[in-house]
Amino acid sequence: MVQSSPVETRSPSVGTSVPRVDGAAKVTGVAVYVDDLPRLPGELYGATVRSPIARGVLRGVRLDPTFDWSDVTVVRAADVPVNNVALIIEDQPILAVDRVNHVYEPVVLLACADKAKLARAVRAVTLDIDPLPPVFDMEASLAGAQIIAGEDNVQKRYLITKGCADVAGDDAAVRAASAAAIDAVIAACDVVVTGRYFAHHQEQLYIEPQGVVAWWDEAGAHATGSIQCPFYVHKAFTKAFALEATPSRIHITQAVTGGGFGGKEEYPSIIALHAALLAKKSGHPVRLIYDRKEDIEATTKRHPCLCEITSGCDKDGRLRALSMRVTMDGGAYVTLTPVVLSRGTLHAAGAYRWDDVRIESVAVATNTPPNGAFRGFGAPQTIWAIERHLDAVAVKLGRDPLNFKAQNVLREGDVTATGQVLRSSVAGLECLEKAAEASDYHAKRARGPITLGRKVRGIGGAVFMHGAGFTGSGERYLKGKVAVDLLAGGRLGIRTASTDIGQGTETVFRQIAADAAGLSVDAVDFAVPSTTTCPDSGPTVASRTVMVVGSIVENASKQLAARVREESAKGGGTFAEAADRLIAREGLITSLLQYAPPDFIQWDDAKYKGDAYPCFGWACDIAEVEVDLDTFEVTVIDFWSATDVGKAINPVMCKGQIEGGSLQAIGWALSEEITWRDGHITNPRMTNYIIPTSLDAPRFQTILVEAPFAFGPGGGAKGIGELPMDGGAPAIAAAVEHATGVAMASLPLTPERLLASKHAAERKGV
Amino acid sequence: MKISLTINGAPRELDSAPLVRLLDALRGPLGLTGTKEGCGEGECGSCTVLLDGDPVNACLVPIGQCEGRAITTVEGLGEAAHLSPLQKCFIDEGGAQCGICTPGMLLAAEALLRQRPDPEEPEIREALAGNLCRCTGYQRIVESVRSAAALRRAASEGAAR
Repeated sequence: MVQSSPVETRSPSVGTSVPRVDGAAKVTGVAVYVDDLPRLPGELYGATVRSPIARGVLRGVRLDPTFDWSDVTVVRAADVPVNNVALIIEDQPILAVDRVNHVYEPVVLLACADKAKLARAVRAVTLDIDPLPPVFDMEASLAGAQIIAGEDNVQKRYLITKGCADVAGDDAAVRAASAAAIDAVIAACDVVVTGRYFAHHQEQLYIEPQGVVAWWDEAGAHATGSIQCPFYVHKAFTKAFALEATPSRIHITQAVTGGGFGGKEEYPSIIALHAALLAKKSGHPVRLIYDRKEDIEATTKRHPCLCEITSGCDKDGRLRALSMRVTMDGGAYVTLTPVVLSRGTLHAAGAYRWDDVRIESVAVATNTPPNGAFRGFGAPQTIWAIERHLDAVAVKLGRDPLNFKAQNVLREGDVTATGQVLRSSVAGLECLEKAAEASDYHAKRARGPITLGRKVRGIGGAVFMHGAGFTGSGERYLKGKVAVDLLAGGRLGIRTASTDIGQGTETVFRQIAADAAGLSVDAVDFAVPSTTTCPDSGPTVASRTVMVVGSIVENASKQLAARVREESAKGGGTFAEAADRLIAREGLITSLLQYAPPDFIQWDDAKYKGDAYPCFGWACDIAEVEVDLDTFEVTVIDFWSATDVGKAINPVMCKGQIEGGSLQAIGWALSEEITWRDGHITNPRMTNYIIPTSLDAPRFQTILVEAPFAFGPGGGAKGIGELPMDGGAPAIAAAVEHATGVAMASLPLTPERLLASKHAAERKGV
Repeated sequence: MKISLTINGAPRELDSAPLVRLLDALRGPLGLTGTKEGCGEGECGSCTVLLDGDPVNACLVPIGQCEGRAITTVEGLGEAAHLSPLQKCFIDEGGAQCGICTPGMLLAAEALLRQRPDPEEPEIREALAGNLCRCTGYQRIVESVRSAAALRRAASEGAAR
């Protein structure tokens, strides 16, 4: 392809809605997703034989002797060089050895060139399992009636304390002293409210199911597929195939990826390992692509979460003290649970000022498939709880909930539960006011719910903040890197492991690089993320891609352009001519930079104190709903979101993130529910796991607020990926409460649950 | 059995068992991988194609039923150098994010605009209700279809003059 010379430009592309650069490939059907990759010579299909039992002793595997196994490759635990999925701790086998700990746990892998025969082969494998009593309930797990993991079923604990609860030390006596201190302060408050709030599983339900193609050749192991974080897979391969001495023999490459939302963060390591094990043993490339049912059953989900809250405030509504217990269900293996629990705990106090705080959190194992990353990463669950709780406090105070929240929302100079002083870029109140104004919230609340025939309409809101980037010292340990190459004709080439899974990374990074270098956007290339050709920029998670990795792109591009301009100043010529001279003289010219977190960030991992995040995104969501009083069906009519993104690099894509995230929150609130029987999912299909359609989606009215973060790229961009998942559910519940008087404390708000809650409230005479 | 059909305006022939899914025939022997599989049971709409102009889920249509019929896939809408109004508007208005639902979404919208050149928003939402998207919240898809409708009307008025 002939590339035109770059156009030097002074008109910035940041802040304009440049059309997505991968758009043409996607609308013409030529974008190559994993299942579109051309079949390799000799390629086999892979399949996974899974446990039908939630917990048991694996006695053996029997292959039906009457079946013709001659052209079927069989991989068992004994074939795995190092049988551990490398992640945070090494508790999860790649294939079960002598125990199974959840239904759908992989036990045997099969590969065959004939897809129909492969399906028959799966049925010709029998697993001999002696069942043990399973634990499905997280409170039962915490009580420890059955020990199913470690010594006490506990996967992780955190304790955040502030003010009176901040007693030094970490043993049981100190914990008790801190609990007694917060209890005493709360008991002395004017208004004390206690509540229990539950949030449920959620399936990511990216429309492209997970899949990988793997093969081995003289260069080593290769895996290409639907992958959010290529270096996670690389790390898993290094461990499993004992390639620590030769990590350059592992080649992990992203295919065009049809959505992830966290679901393709850690799980693809398992699929890629399975495919590579089959490929190694068979000597053939192996294509392992899940169908929808297998994808819903086997892959990770959002952690269920129970929050118990007692709070105290003054008569005039000033919040004083918060005591909170957070329990999350990690599922059978730890995966990313400690980090999910951390983010959930760090967001549990909400976007509000508290003098005294004690938040104790714990994640426990159950005999259900491991829960993992999902947009929001624990925060939507605890924000659901604190927002619902503050709505209950407002009722007790006789206050409008949003007014009450405005009184207490964190402002510049305030201090969070971890002791972080919010120095700048604090826009909670601005978002609240803008959303309230756009939605005419106050007039609608004052008017009261409107009855239209058998339907009643109400309005409600949620205020929230979401930490952008890795928690605490995360970025310091991670040392994310980006390379920008100077290419012939003065073009720039970005090499990063940050993947575009639909958010628009490829486009936005080009905009950032182009502006930093003073070039046009089409003068910047973006390499396919691959562990062989790209440096490790850190994972594509945690609302860090634009804010953190984008700032490395910006600095590296600036550095390169400065060199070219220096050359041009010395020797004359255009940008392109100077670039070509430099390349002719020096060969490959690359700016490889590592992220340098702002110096002010100080975080104490042991005490869980300090700057939990470099900055926060802020938002207020307001939902207007109609509730059918006969059927209790809830319809979201309108949805306003005022969201502070620091700086919108590409406003159309930015709004697309907010609207898409909000609709996932609406689905989670109203219709999405995983149902279980004996550890089996009873609705593993799109037919009965119900995500919103175009008819279920409200009109979105999105207001971009820009409170720049001084260290963000493009003039102050902050993370936006996760924030929109946080507010939808509590905003809808507040609107339903306004419409019907029914205050829901548990998700989802299905008609059955609403009806039951209404009946329960009537029995209590409320 | 031998099956003759028209795909994106061109006559094609293939030899296939009659119960093979149209989706597999398109993606396999016919080499058209633009049509995507999201669920395999007619729920997500990712495999939407036009069968004699009507939107169908290619995962639910046996190839044997396609004898003598005309099929339009995303590859038939326009190439990168000559994008149709719908394709162009899906890019410009943010109607495509991850892109996996986009081919099916485009064909459902194409079927609508052929019937209703100037649809109201509820009609657009109704026409797309069989196509699931998990990225966009649908707002920008609806906007894309509305803009494309205006572009098409402008083009046909221009052609009529």
